[in-house]
Amino acid sequence: MIPELGNFFLILAFINAILLGTLPFYGAHTNHKGLIQFAHRASTSIFLLMLVSFVCLTIAFIQNDFSVAYVANHSNTQLPIYYRISAVWGSHEGSLLLWVLILTGWIFAVSSFSKSLPAEMTARVLGVMGLIAVGFISFTLFTSNPFERTLPFIPIDGADLNPLLQDFGLIVHPPMLYMGYVGFSVVFAFAIAGLLQGKLDHQWAKWSRPWTTVAWIFMTLGIALGSWWAYYELGWGGWWFWDPVENASFLPWLAGTALIHSLAATEKRGAFKSWTVLLAILTFSLSLLGTFLVRSGVLTSVHAFANDPVRGKFILVFLAIVVGASLILYAIQSSKVRSKSNYTLVSREIAILFNNALLAVSTFVVLVGTLHPLMVEAFTDGKSSVGPPYFNLMFSVFFIPILLLMPLGQQINWKKDDLPMLLKKYIWWFVSCVVLALLLTFGLNGFTFEALEPMALLGTILGLWVIAGTIKYIQLQSAKGKTRWAGMRKISRSYWGMVLAHIGVAVTTLGVVLTSYYSIEKDIRIEMGETVEVEEVSVYFKDFQNIQGPNYISSKAIFEVSSSGDFIAELKPEKRRYNASQMVMTEAAIDPGLFRDVYIAMGEPLNNGAWAIRVYYKPFVRWIWLGAIFMALGGILAMTDKRYREKKFKKKVSEEAVSNGQ
Amino acid sequence: MKKFLLAISLLLSAQLAEAVIETYDFDNEEQEQLYYEIISELRCPKCQNQTIADSDASLSRDLRFIVQQKVKAGETKGQILNYMQERYGDFVLYDPPVQPANYILWFSPLIIFLIILVVVVIRVGRRTIDPETGDVKMNDTHSNEKGE
Repeated sequence: MIPELGNFFLILAFINAILLGTLPFYGAHTNHKGLIQFAHRASTSIFLLMLVSFVCLTIAFIQNDFSVAYVANHSNTQLPIYYRISAVWGSHEGSLLLWVLILTGWIFAVSSFSKSLPAEMTARVLGVMGLIAVGFISFTLFTSNPFERTLPFIPIDGADLNPLLQDFGLIVHPPMLYMGYVGFSVVFAFAIAGLLQGKLDHQWAKWSRPWTTVAWIFMTLGIALGSWWAYYELGWGGWWFWDPVENASFLPWLAGTALIHSLAATEKRGAFKSWTVLLAILTFSLSLLGTFLVRSGVLTSVHAFANDPVRGKFILVFLAIVVGASLILYAIQSSKVRSKSNYTLVSREIAILFNNALLAVSTFVVLVGTLHPLMVEAFTDGKSSVGPPYFNLMFSVFFIPILLLMPLGQQINWKKDDLPMLLKKYIWWFVSCVVLALLLTFGLNGFTFEALEPMALLGTILGLWVIAGTIKYIQLQSAKGKTRWAGMRKISRSYWGMVLAHIGVAVTTLGVVLTSYYSIEKDIRIEMGETVEVEEVSVYFKDFQNIQGPNYISSKAIFEVSSSGDFIAELKPEKRRYNASQMVMTEAAIDPGLFRDVYIAMGEPLNNGAWAIRVYYKPFVRWIWLGAIFMALGGILAMTDKRYREKKFKKKVSEEAVSNGQ
Repeated sequence: MKKFLLAISLLLSAQLAEAVIETYDFDNEEQEQLYYEIISELRCPKCQNQTIADSDASLSRDLRFIVQQKVKAGETKGQILNYMQERYGDFVLYDPPVQPANYILWFSPLIIFLIILVVVVIRVGRRTIDPETGDVKMNDTHSNEKGE
């Protein structure tokens, strides 16, 4: 009964989406108040309908309703309750349902928080999002319905959730990532609505910005969580493999990062309007492309669970319609958009332009590297691979100038600046960074310059340079106040957001570079009671146990890790065998630290009770994800800047404005 | 101890899901580093998207053994990669070779960037600031954008 209800509500949501995707456009065109108001009501109702539908599927999982095919294939009576709930989005059908739920959540949010926008603009934005909902709900209903029954042959027990996904990482990673993917539909809808009415003014850019930023925050955290999950769950010690599915999420992130910057120039200076609109369209198109790559099964990678050509064709056609229609609209309307080009070659506008050019080319590198093997396979007899060696090199080529220019881009004036003067302010800071980086890599290299990797040195210089340049920026900006403190207070929250996000980029860069070049990885044979030295640390095999888990049995080893006699940690890696699937999984044990991780994964048992184990020593690996947290916090600061809180804090703002003399 | 042996037999019979861990001996540290470098650049020909370092397929095992033998015999990275490419095709190389089919991978990003650079410098480079009004003077006749 409950699954039928879920299906029924999904169908109602579909009808609701069709109405939301059509009537508001007519209402905005004829200025019909009732139809414009209808957009808001339909936005609320579609969200509630999807929520009920989603809850129905969740109940089916909690009740172990194996008459539902999707539940039977991805759950099991032994599965703990929290994994039964997260199993809802553990595979194709359910994750699409989550996708749609999140989309309607965004629709509801736009409808709730856009009171200060012109009514017909909001109606068009909601209408565009309604059309996207039509596409995705029909995809769910007609090709990937999670409520399909297995009647009359109900299995006694379910096939179980893939053990890799029975983990905290899976509970949070997909919802976060989808919030980001789908969140870019809002700025896309703003762009389309703006093109439709042929007006892309200051207000348009101002209100597009926080929506872009919030989607970008979720995307940042979602990617970081995925990377962290892969690091501790897959037992390979890596955190990024340039796998097509990783790239699928990285592409909209890169484009979204460019968009955040170009929106700033569009809002503040009226520059690059048509490029910003195009970028908004491209960012969401890359989100859709990512969904296509992941959900169609076109990639044969570890992440691709779905494999059904009907689904692939559906998304491909949908993608073609969305991208095609948007670009045609863009081609027709963009000539009406007039950008201001009130800037010279040495100006912040040009800095942002280069930021965008470099990010766009980086996006292109990832895109072409991801699609090239598919093209080769489709159009020739051969097969080819593009992997980490290509991406690491080509991505660095364009990311090095980004990092190099970042501190200058923060400080440079709009319109025109004096380049020699600007460089003069920074030269000694840069030199200090070089010296500091030399010392740091000298230490990490074992107190010698012999065989020092030039890329490790360069990466460290750039990471430190961005941090130092950002501190210098605060120093220069705060010098404008009467006192240092008054000057600091004058820096607006959105600029603090930028500062924090840029420091985040530096922290991630340092993490990536140092962990890539100074990690130690060693496979060793170890017997119980034996101590084996791995570079500076010694590993002592203390004990071995067999454990019964809720839905698995496990062999657990206990190792004591110490460094020159000092105890560091007791690590307990496991090998689990899951009852339902009979899959064996390694659970790595990690001793995390701000400056290094010690990581042990169990291999296979050898003769005489010895085991093969892999020991990793990973300096600064946590910085990779720490940087992402900084970026996200920066985003939160930027989107809660006072000009977005005007309604609520009107009084407070006017007081501040008086005291700041604005 | 019985339990222990049971666990071993259990695990031995089971198919591993990931992370391969072996213990090879090398003559020196350079060889060991070279070995890890090479196996993490070769793609397992039978798997989905895994290096032979991460894959537990029996073919990957054999390939790792071959790499280890060749490293110990003193062959260079280039020789070993060539050997693999001859047998399994370009597919095994995660580092795509610079050849006509891959020119788009290696050269198009840089070309695109250089075009942007040249266009920007040509179009914006001629602009100056009018010292009296402080406005930007459009000295380029091709621009269709209006300065306001």
